[in-house]
Amino acid sequence: MFETILNVISTLAIPVIIVLIPLYGYRKGVKVYEVFTVGAKEGFDVAIHIIPFLVAIFAAISIFRTSGAMQVLSWIVSPLTNLIGMPAEVLPLAFMRPLSGSGALGILTELVTTHGPDSTIGRMASIMMGSTETTFYILAVYFGSVSVTNSRHAVPAGLTADLAGIISSVIITNIIFG
Amino acid sequence: MINVIWLAMIIIGIVIASVDCLVDFVDGSILWNPTLEPLNVLTSGVFDSVKFAVTMAFGLIGIMTLWLGIMKIAEESGLIKIIARAVKPITIRLFPEVPPDHPAMGAIIMAIAASMLGLGNSATPLGLKAMRELQTLNKIKNTASNAMCMLMAISTSSVTIIPATIIGIRAAANSKNPAEIIAPVILATGISTTVAIIMTKILEKLPRYRYPESPEENDKREIDEKMDAKNSENDKEITHV
Repeated sequence: MFETILNVISTLAIPVIIVLIPLYGYRKGVKVYEVFTVGAKEGFDVAIHIIPFLVAIFAAISIFRTSGAMQVLSWIVSPLTNLIGMPAEVLPLAFMRPLSGSGALGILTELVTTHGPDSTIGRMASIMMGSTETTFYILAVYFGSVSVTNSRHAVPAGLTADLAGIISSVIITNIIFG
Repeated sequence: MINVIWLAMIIIGIVIASVDCLVDFVDGSILWNPTLEPLNVLTSGVFDSVKFAVTMAFGLIGIMTLWLGIMKIAEESGLIKIIARAVKPITIRLFPEVPPDHPAMGAIIMAIAASMLGLGNSATPLGLKAMRELQTLNKIKNTASNAMCMLMAISTSSVTIIPATIIGIRAAANSKNPAEIIAPVILATGISTTVAIIMTKILEKLPRYRYPESPEENDKREIDEKMDAKNSENDKEITHV
């Protein structure tokens, strides 16, 4: 029931927005078609502008992943994660998450199908995926689009937030479903 | 920071793959087994992923143009101003440098709203629009402003209410209750977003990350950092001797 409602909301959200905003604009006397195309022109520039930044980040992530460096890193920190009650199976997801959304989604799918969606590992992985973001991708795209190279404290702040999301999802899973 | 991380990821990856080329680790013992396979995999992986990066940027054009077009209508009609005014008490605390009626504020609010609803694909174009507006307020163009870092922090801490993709994956794997993770996700994401906001507010005041007062100061700081790096290298050389 709850799930159906959520489904309906997520399906309706975009069509409703696409209808309501132009309708509101039209009523306020905005030349909706012309104004739309003026705004849309910007989209092309932005998408082209981020390509070099995306390529740089993707190349580094790919090297880190395919070389097995990710597994080595997971193995190094495993004594620490055991302390907070985090199963070793979930570790690669925690490391992949800030780097690659599609990579993390791949790991999540693998964990959920192998261990079952209603197992502790399956639940923990789902909650972790939902409460963290692909920090480096967002960083590259957002700052790249405006040619900002000095990102100041954005990286440490973003990674701390990811860490907080990971730790709290482990603890919350163990408390609620443990 | 990003320079060091980027380089470290590449170097560590290449070193590990090279070691993997020479030896195999089997049951705790190391076997001498020279092969070129790991480096081959690494190279083709890099080529594939940079190709994917470009494909993804092109894929973004369609959604990007659609949303920026819609946003422009919302802006011209005054709709964004109405929304911005409604959430003003929160936003003036988070983004004190941005004037409440500036277009940047509207774009920020739309971007955060889109990511809260789990409209990931739509959140990116709206976030980029917000970045561009913030750049017009930014005095030193190659340096992130406090407001930019705050927007980044909120975006990267994933303020989600409906994690639609994850629910979908769980349903596909025959979960008894795919949506049971919603409440825990909201709780965990609430914690991570709070941490992100607090961290950003604390870090932006540190001398190391403080916003430079002039472009000259920015250049000077970069030179200082390079000098520091050089000095520490010299120190290392001395200790080796």
